[in-house]
Amino acid sequence: MTALTTAVELSYWQQTLLRTVGVLAAVLLPAGTLVYVFLFKMMSFMQSRLGPMEAGPYGSMQLLAEVGKWIQKEDIVPWRADRKLFALAPYIIVLSVFMTYVVVPFGPDAWFANLDVGVFFVLAVSSVSVLGILIAGWASANKYSLLGGLRAAGQLIAYELPMVLAVVGVVIQAGTLNMQGIVAAQHEGEIFGLGVIGNPFIITQAIGFFIFLIAMQAELTQAPFDMPIAESELVSGYMTEYSGMRFLLFFIAEFAGAGAFAAVAATLFLGGWALPGVDLDADVMNVLGPIVLLVKILVVSFLVFWVRFTYPRFREDQLQQLAWKVLIPLSLVNILATMVLKVAF
Amino acid sequence: MAKLSGPKTPGLIKGLGVTFKTMTRTMFPARGIKTLIPAPSVGAATVQYPHEKETPAPRARGVIALKEDNCTVCMLCARSCPDWCIYIEGHKDTAPPRRPGGKPRSVNRLDRFDIDYALCMYCGICVEVCPFDALFWSPEYEYSELKLADLLHDKERLGEWMQAVPDFEAYEAGSEQKVRKVPR
Amino acid sequence: MTAITERQQLLYAERTAAEVRVNVELETDEGMTLNIGPQHPATHGTLRIIAKLDGEQVVWADVAPGYMHRGYEKLTEVRTYPQVTTLVNRIDWLGSFANEVPFILAAEELMEIEAPPRARHIRTILFEMARLANIVLFLGDLGVQLGAVTPAFFAFRDREHVLDQIEAVTGGRFHPNFDRIGGLKDDLPKGWIADTKAVMVRIRGFCDEIEALLFGNEIFETRTRGVGVIPASVALSYGLSGANLRASGVDWDLRRDGGIAGLAHGDVDWRVWTHPDGDSFARCWVRLQETREATKIIDQLCDGLPGGPIMAKVPRIIKVPAGEAYVETENPLGAMGYYVVSKGDVGPFRVKIRSASFSNVSVVPWLLRGVYVPDIITILASLYFILGDIDR
Repeated sequence: MTALTTAVELSYWQQTLLRTVGVLAAVLLPAGTLVYVFLFKMMSFMQSRLGPMEAGPYGSMQLLAEVGKWIQKEDIVPWRADRKLFALAPYIIVLSVFMTYVVVPFGPDAWFANLDVGVFFVLAVSSVSVLGILIAGWASANKYSLLGGLRAAGQLIAYELPMVLAVVGVVIQAGTLNMQGIVAAQHEGEIFGLGVIGNPFIITQAIGFFIFLIAMQAELTQAPFDMPIAESELVSGYMTEYSGMRFLLFFIAEFAGAGAFAAVAATLFLGGWALPGVDLDADVMNVLGPIVLLVKILVVSFLVFWVRFTYPRFREDQLQQLAWKVLIPLSLVNILATMVLKVAF
Repeated sequence: MAKLSGPKTPGLIKGLGVTFKTMTRTMFPARGIKTLIPAPSVGAATVQYPHEKETPAPRARGVIALKEDNCTVCMLCARSCPDWCIYIEGHKDTAPPRRPGGKPRSVNRLDRFDIDYALCMYCGICVEVCPFDALFWSPEYEYSELKLADLLHDKERLGEWMQAVPDFEAYEAGSEQKVRKVPR
Repeated sequence: MTAITERQQLLYAERTAAEVRVNVELETDEGMTLNIGPQHPATHGTLRIIAKLDGEQVVWADVAPGYMHRGYEKLTEVRTYPQVTTLVNRIDWLGSFANEVPFILAAEELMEIEAPPRARHIRTILFEMARLANIVLFLGDLGVQLGAVTPAFFAFRDREHVLDQIEAVTGGRFHPNFDRIGGLKDDLPKGWIADTKAVMVRIRGFCDEIEALLFGNEIFETRTRGVGVIPASVALSYGLSGANLRASGVDWDLRRDGGIAGLAHGDVDWRVWTHPDGDSFARCWVRLQETREATKIIDQLCDGLPGGPIMAKVPRIIKVPAGEAYVETENPLGAMGYYVVSKGDVGPFRVKIRSASFSNVSVVPWLLRGVYVPDIITILASLYFILGDIDR
């Protein structure tokens, strides 16, 4: 953003407008790519079928067709639903996802907000979606949605902790909460003196990455942690009563959320937008950076969706046991080890 | 909770392996030199109808064809249909005697023979019960209509389906059945 | 201030009343009433289960079947034997040939005729293929009920080959309508036995794949082990049959113990699978092994197929002599029996259909007390019923 503003004199409101449009693009593009590549194509190939093939070459326009379909559907609000809350819930979730993207850096100068508490902001803001899900579950006036919403509340709150603790290890190693700083630390670092690929934290923080992936899967309510949705029991859980544009918002939020968490994981563990060998401040990284980040998002999302399409789901109490009895102690051990090794070396 | 039993690969990893293997088999079905050329249309189990079509078995029960010349309006098929979807009307007529100087024969002529495919259960009792080999199965299945009334196939249309009737196949070894012939 | 219309007042009153009702429900001992079904993805069709929940635990449950009652027993009173054979295909629509067999065997018992050995063999082959078609779908659907969407597609993909084989012989994939009193409608087409053996290899591969993908999965084991335990005595007293009974440790299989002369199971070498646990995992595991066993039975039957006629000498229009006969066979879902009462006519006087799923489902109220809501789904999936079989 700084490079652009020196070339053209933009006032503050014009900058904000650009950033808003930019965030929209940054959210919808990865979401669309993830939906097409993973949900439509990868899922189909894993099931020996082809997926959508009619809309556009190899079904590439299917997403546009879906969006058009959802927009023109009738908006049904249940008779006994709380109208205002019912309408509000999808927007809360979408808001939380959009805010997560605000602090993810896409290049040395291509960022929307360079907060010094970047990581903290991300974790805090991603928890806002819990509210939206609870509101959706209650306001639907449907016992199944209520069950889904309550399950979601328990699950999402439980898995916030392993996520935070997994990230603490990264922060300790990088020494900063700033996302750009973490990218720089990985780029400048060395593994046993070899600085060829920098020091992506996935190598030293492998346990943290593993825990982050599991917690991420749970935060996105993907199988094996999709009890809140539980298609075969609750039809769609908290989303059951939503139709048309409102459901589209949930859908976008789900996949944009997957993209957002994958972007955060890529930045924290895989080195973000930086390419090993290319200088951190190079101008070309403003264009290459987003592409590199997109590739890393796809890699992380591949793992997430691969697990989603393979495993059955946990029961709620087994879910909670996994979070409290396995993941949290493991992440605490990870933090301890990181602290000791950081001081020792 | 999740126990890793010794050096055996945990089931979680094996499951991931199964889905990954299926994905690669679908995306890269070729063998030999062409292994890495993606060709999902070939590797997937999907038949992309209407661009590609599967041929059903010769005995598949798609549509019933009528050989009008063989029908003697005995009404056995209409009576044995579980849904009563065959509508037959006929009248008695006289045909010339077989030998000169003989009595004129009375024959049944077929006026109307309709099968309502909206009701038909595709059970095949009519075809089986016909003593005069006038009804045959054909594996043809693409005759859906926009109007329900168009699913009532009349005598002419049923006669046209005779062209789609395949010849009867040979039987497996050990069978004592004789292969019947389709009258063309 | 605008005047509040009467309609608005009524709406407000109704909304508060609805809320009060839910609050009362939640705070009484009985708990929240939840209707699972009749429209629900987990019940294989239109089955309604009324459950009273305390949080996520079931306090009381009851089964309300009948949403798919089609009046089969009444229909059979006004149909001839071939027409009844056609209709009866549709009771358990997944293992369709298996529905015809006990009915035809009962009619043959009344007529005191025996099908020739070749017909008997092919009847058994198709009977076991119906079992394959049914249980392979069960294995796929098991994954879906538990949250794994992929096994379902593998199941449908490999089941297609079994259905193709059934179509090659009978002409119909789902509703063969092939069994006749005295034998079968037609003989096997050329090349069918070789194709069937190839399909059996494929089904065995599918069983291995499902075992790796689903049964070996730790999450699956945690979801199903210890869930919905049915002790053997309870299973017997509720009239469970099929894999549900064998999974509780009861060694009872009508193919071996039923003394059915009309099927050729006695001519081949096979074993009955049981499991001592009686939980959901046991039921699913027994069905997986039974699928493998069915492929072996079909292989042996294909090898030892005798030559000969396909139909005994029967008159063109069959009139079954007066009498009563009951034949029960080991269908894919359990023990299915037909009690045929004949008065010497072209059609039966009365047919009573003992369907396996009706008895299997009767254990649900006993079984569901105290289980969690996700476990309801696991239990229903493992009990495995088809609505057409429950309601007829």
